[in-house]
Amino acid sequence: MTELTFTLLRLGYLVLLWVFVFAAIGVLRRDLYGTKITARKGKGREDAHRTAPTAGRGAAASVPSAPTPAAPASPAPTGPTRLVVTAGPLRGTTVPLSASSILLGRAPSCTLVLDDDYSSSRHARIFPQGGTWYVEDLGSTNGTYINEQRITGIQPLAPGVSVRVGQSIVELQR
Amino acid sequence: MATVEPHEVRPSRRAEAGLLVLALALGIGAYASVGLSMLGELPTNFYVYSAGLVALAVVGHVVLRLKAPYADPVILPVTIALNGIGLGMINRIDIGGKLVGSDKDLASKQLMWTALGVIAACVVVWLLKDHRTLRKYSYTAMIVGLVLVVLPLLPVIGRNINGARIWVNIAGMSLQPAEFAKIAFAIFFAGYLVTNRDTLALAGPKVLGLQLPRLRDLGPLVIVWAASLAVLIFERDLGTSLLFFGLFVAMLYIATERFSWVAIGLSMFAVGAVVAASAFPHVQARVDVWLHPLDPEIYGRDPGGSGQLVGGMFGLANGGLTGTGWGEGYPRLVPYSFSDFIYTSLGEELGLTGLLAILVMYLVLVERGLRTAIGVRDGFGKLLAGGLAFVMAWQLFVVIGGITRIIPLTGLTMPFVAQGGSSLLANWLVVGLLLRISDNARRPSSLPVRGQVAPSRASERPDTGPQPVVVQAGAQGAADLADGRSAVGQREPAAHGAFPDDQPTQVVRTALPEVGGGPDTGATEIIEDTEWKTP
Repeated sequence: MTELTFTLLRLGYLVLLWVFVFAAIGVLRRDLYGTKITARKGKGREDAHRTAPTAGRGAAASVPSAPTPAAPASPAPTGPTRLVVTAGPLRGTTVPLSASSILLGRAPSCTLVLDDDYSSSRHARIFPQGGTWYVEDLGSTNGTYINEQRITGIQPLAPGVSVRVGQSIVELQR
Repeated sequence: MATVEPHEVRPSRRAEAGLLVLALALGIGAYASVGLSMLGELPTNFYVYSAGLVALAVVGHVVLRLKAPYADPVILPVTIALNGIGLGMINRIDIGGKLVGSDKDLASKQLMWTALGVIAACVVVWLLKDHRTLRKYSYTAMIVGLVLVVLPLLPVIGRNINGARIWVNIAGMSLQPAEFAKIAFAIFFAGYLVTNRDTLALAGPKVLGLQLPRLRDLGPLVIVWAASLAVLIFERDLGTSLLFFGLFVAMLYIATERFSWVAIGLSMFAVGAVVAASAFPHVQARVDVWLHPLDPEIYGRDPGGSGQLVGGMFGLANGGLTGTGWGEGYPRLVPYSFSDFIYTSLGEELGLTGLLAILVMYLVLVERGLRTAIGVRDGFGKLLAGGLAFVMAWQLFVVIGGITRIIPLTGLTMPFVAQGGSSLLANWLVVGLLLRISDNARRPSSLPVRGQVAPSRASERPDTGPQPVVVQAGAQGAADLADGRSAVGQREPAAHGAFPDDQPTQVVRTALPEVGGGPDTGATEIIEDTEWKTP
């Protein structure tokens, strides 16, 4: 075999090495699992401005580590369809509502993971029952507030009413 | 405004098959290139060898398809590729030896050990249905680990090779039990820490802003640590003691998220290193070699000279950016160019380009291990996967750092690439465990996810008004800590609303579903809550 063949063989092997490496990384890229955050512009800005007048960072969203329920199926046809964070580090994040409850807190297993020193690991939950949504404080340190009133036990939650959890404010929207 | 959408996890076995083809091409290509360049033809047993490699890859792939369909698609191909490249280099050094009259046949032995390793990994995946089973054997694993570490010191079976007493000879086979001990210790630490991390992290005095653990919580850890270290000093094996020490500190850090552990670990290590360097002449020699390898008197010193290290550096320099090509370099000039110094052999023949590709492969492997640790939902699995991934990264750092003079040289082997049966078998076992854990991590959970009430039942359910969720603060020690972080699940199905996503670290027994309430899966008895994040 000629010198040229050997050179080609040598470089070809190196190319093959990197092809393998990039193929593996490609599979990883396709394979990153978890929740997907889609940023929507326009309407979202308006919402953010309306509910949170203080200018803040954009829709910085931290991803909860496990998938959320897929189909947003509201319990009642006219009920709220999403939970929106209107203030706090996660301002602008929405979570589609389904027939399941939403857990708010710092624990990675929560539906909405709040990166907030003032919230507890499992701070509060928002859940539907009989067509109505309720909010419940799960024994948090700093409490859950509706209209500056600290709630105890379970309170019904109407769309548009702000719930404060730590530094974040969330509300249900239709 | 952003919406949060789920992403479906696919089994990705087809992607794995594609990657396996490339990985096999790397292994077989290396073998063929070596033959073509050194003998001018394909090696005599080329087809047998290739068929063997292909068969091993196919066996691994089929077992994963059958038993762990959701396992990570990248781990197996990367491992096969690394193993194939290592086999190619060992074979190249064999052929080089035969040309000058040596009759060492390390490559076929290595192929046999590879086969054993793949089979061992398959057995792990096949028989171990749930990695949480291993948690039951935490303390057994501790004892096994200690026994394995002590084994080479025993009079009849222990062997002293090259000044280190780390071998045992059983039925004609030499084994390094410490390689297996690292798996046993990883299992023990994971099992021990998952139960005790709250007390380790939270109960104890605070000194200079560092939360120190209580002494009595440290008991078992200190015993294992001291025993393994003491024995390793008697066995004169620096690398393995470094490996265990790193595993210790890393797993404590993963479990408790307390930086104090890293600080304590590093300071303990600094003290140990200074003492060892001044007390033991063989450690002192290593430090000299590390700092002044090119001094004539250190280069020429007979026991503990720097000839091997310098030879390796010359080899890397000879390889340059793209290498000399398979079979065109002189890796055999370096002693142990097939095991401890296989990194420089590869660097000489594949160059920096090839070495970086190999390092990225390791990086991918470790990343998948850590990603598995993040993805899996029980604390034991997180600790085990994180510990196993870390120990692989750490081993690589110790080996390559030693060869490239970042740290003093110690005698560890590059996982999967270097010649050596015990190392290969142990690391394949690690891969088997990681594959099993990653299958559990990625498989769609049958447990209700995140407070999900099964939609079909939610409407049928009698409207009894909202039921409070029972959250109790953890029983031991953590009760007075804020907001019940180690909450313990109750038997009521309603308790699922609070933390359904946390998988218990022990196997969950599913009872019959209760009528009219609770999630679809019925009442699952949560034996222990495994909330991951400590404050």
